[in-house]
Amino acid sequence: MTMLQGFQIALHALRLNPLRSFLTMLGIVIGVASIVTVFAIGSGAQLRLQEQIRSIGANVLMIMPGAVYQGGVRLKDGSKLTMTESDVQAILEQIPEIQAAAGSIAGTAQVIHEGKNWNTTINGTTTGHFMVRDWQLASGRYFSSAEEAAAGKVVILGSTVARELFAPGDDPIGAQIRIMKVPLEVVGVLDRKDPAQDDVAFVPLTTAKLRFLGSASNINRDSVAYIIAKVAADGQMAGARSEIESLLRQRHHVPAGQEDDFKVQDPAAAMEAQQGAIRTVALLLVAIASVSLLVGGISIMNVMIVSVTERTREIGIRRALGGRMRDIRLQFLCEALVLCLLGGAVGVLGGVTLSMTVARMAGWITSIDGEAIALALAFSIATGLIFGFYPAHKASKLSPIEALKTE
Amino acid sequence: MTAPLPLISLRSVGRTYRTDGIAVAAVRNVSFDIDQGEILAVMGPSGSGKSTLMNMIGLLDLPSEGAIYLEGANVADLSEDRRSTLRARSIGFVFQSYNLLARHNAIENVALPLVYCGVGNKERLSRAEQSLEAVGMLHRAHHFPRQLSGGEQQRVAIARALIASPLIILADEPTGALDSRTGAEILALFAALNQTGQTIVMITHDPSIATRCRRTIRLHDGELVSDETQIPLIPKRSVAS
Ligand SMILES: Nc1ncnc2c1ncn2[C@@H]1O[C@H](COP(=O)(O)OP(=O)(O)OP(=O)(O)O)[C@@H](O)[C@H]1O
Ligand SMILES: [Mg+2]
Repeated sequence: MTMLQGFQIALHALRLNPLRSFLTMLGIVIGVASIVTVFAIGSGAQLRLQEQIRSIGANVLMIMPGAVYQGGVRLKDGSKLTMTESDVQAILEQIPEIQAAAGSIAGTAQVIHEGKNWNTTINGTTTGHFMVRDWQLASGRYFSSAEEAAAGKVVILGSTVARELFAPGDDPIGAQIRIMKVPLEVVGVLDRKDPAQDDVAFVPLTTAKLRFLGSASNINRDSVAYIIAKVAADGQMAGARSEIESLLRQRHHVPAGQEDDFKVQDPAAAMEAQQGAIRTVALLLVAIASVSLLVGGISIMNVMIVSVTERTREIGIRRALGGRMRDIRLQFLCEALVLCLLGGAVGVLGGVTLSMTVARMAGWITSIDGEAIALALAFSIATGLIFGFYPAHKASKLSPIEALKTE
Repeated sequence: MTAPLPLISLRSVGRTYRTDGIAVAAVRNVSFDIDQGEILAVMGPSGSGKSTLMNMIGLLDLPSEGAIYLEGANVADLSEDRRSTLRARSIGFVFQSYNLLARHNAIENVALPLVYCGVGNKERLSRAEQSLEAVGMLHRAHHFPRQLSGGEQQRVAIARALIASPLIILADEPTGALDSRTGAEILALFAALNQTGQTIVMITHDPSIATRCRRTIRLHDGELVSDETQIPLIPKRSVAS
């Protein structure tokens, strides 16, 4: 008997009892569906994080304001802007591993173009910012040095802002928009990066300070809210970080033993740690889902044992007509396999549907990869083989004479 | 021409069942030959070992004493798989209770032994049609066993036994569940098959059936008590026919 004939016989037998067959494979359906769903949501979350890491830029360090002491009282981190443009300059000049660096100040404001307006982040920075983040232009240009020096009335738009303010065929370059009543000329539109990153408008740092934030009390002319710096190579991250720390301690006159008034962060590393956590949780969920697969396998074994008992006479007849023990074993193994494979296929469909529904309703990104589907199907084949083997073996061991005597 | 090898030879065959330490000798010291083309009736009271003997001839069971030779080969020397394959190709069983698979229609039932002979789907079905034709059941090919009368089921079962052109057909009380008229029809079918050269061994309780077979062996308490061949009233036709 061939494998194909085994499957034909199995399908014939299972079709005779569709409800029972369906109930038997329900455990596998649920198990596979949950594995596929968990994988889809887990790898969706990882993908999202990877995108964010990419959108920050490779090998980027971020320097934020830290603890500030005023008369012995420790103020909240970031309550005072402790970094300055000269810090940026010093980092660039004195630390060889740093390729580019830029200071920024940021706030939110309404941007207006003709009838349309949009609330977004206004980031005052220098062209170095785009270098640090490897952020290319979709059209136009970066700020000129004259505009950076003289608070030029220019703006570079993130792709979301460009889309919100301008009609599709409408070229934003050269257009006038207004932010806090200040008219600015759009000189560039940035490439798309990530929905969370693209909702932004950049102006020269000087423009931001002079025209928008100049009145804020905690701003002095030299201050920046944070600095981003690009390290030349991945292996130099730790070294560059400690050099920045000692340079800034020295420049800010932080006494030995006192907390720094700044923090150097590696956002990509932080996100990677988060990614690891997601993976752990996903694996845990997969393990839980596998229990359902196990239960499904046991239920298949149970039904198969009953089926072998019910069909003892059929087994006797097949043996008398020349079926070898291995033919009988193959027949029942095929039945278990068909149950598991059908269950697995229905489970994959269910899992895909479920994760797409979750993606739509919760707004999560889910990603269904062939690997997860292959894994789920491999699991169900393994389940069929493992739990189908015992009943099939039992069937093949029946004495044909005894089997023919049963009613 | 040398004397042809008997199809099947039994030499001091015994079969002892052991249950809970009690030994039951179902068959004892039985020796006889079955030649190609014979039709043989096996008679004896209930429990005399007829079915036990038949199971051994049909390679479903092995003797515990003595030996059975199929075309000169001791069947005990064959592997279990080989004996199964021989059952598929060389032996056709017909049972008292028909033993058709209830969930398969007539033609699928008839084709079943060929699954185990490695014959492909298409050829299986065309040969099953021929076989059904031979027993006059082709018009019921797509009926299920429950839609057929006992006699019709037995015809289908005979078609199934015939499909692989076996060396021998073994029938264990094939008319036992049928009324006498239907039984006679089945018997006529066997007689006709034997006329074409088919070797048949048939267990029966019915002396009138036995008399229609040329040779009758009788068992009693597992022992062979008689082996009679009727002297034909009409001279025997040449073997070649
Ligand atoms: N599996 C077994 N275990 C123990 N004893 C058995 C077994 N099978 C058959 N026997 C015994 O062997 C003897 C012969 O049984 P067998 O079935 O061959 O008789 P039979 O001639 O076919 O009878 P019947 O005409 O009723 O079918 C009986 O005494 C029976 O009880
Ligand atoms: Mg019997």
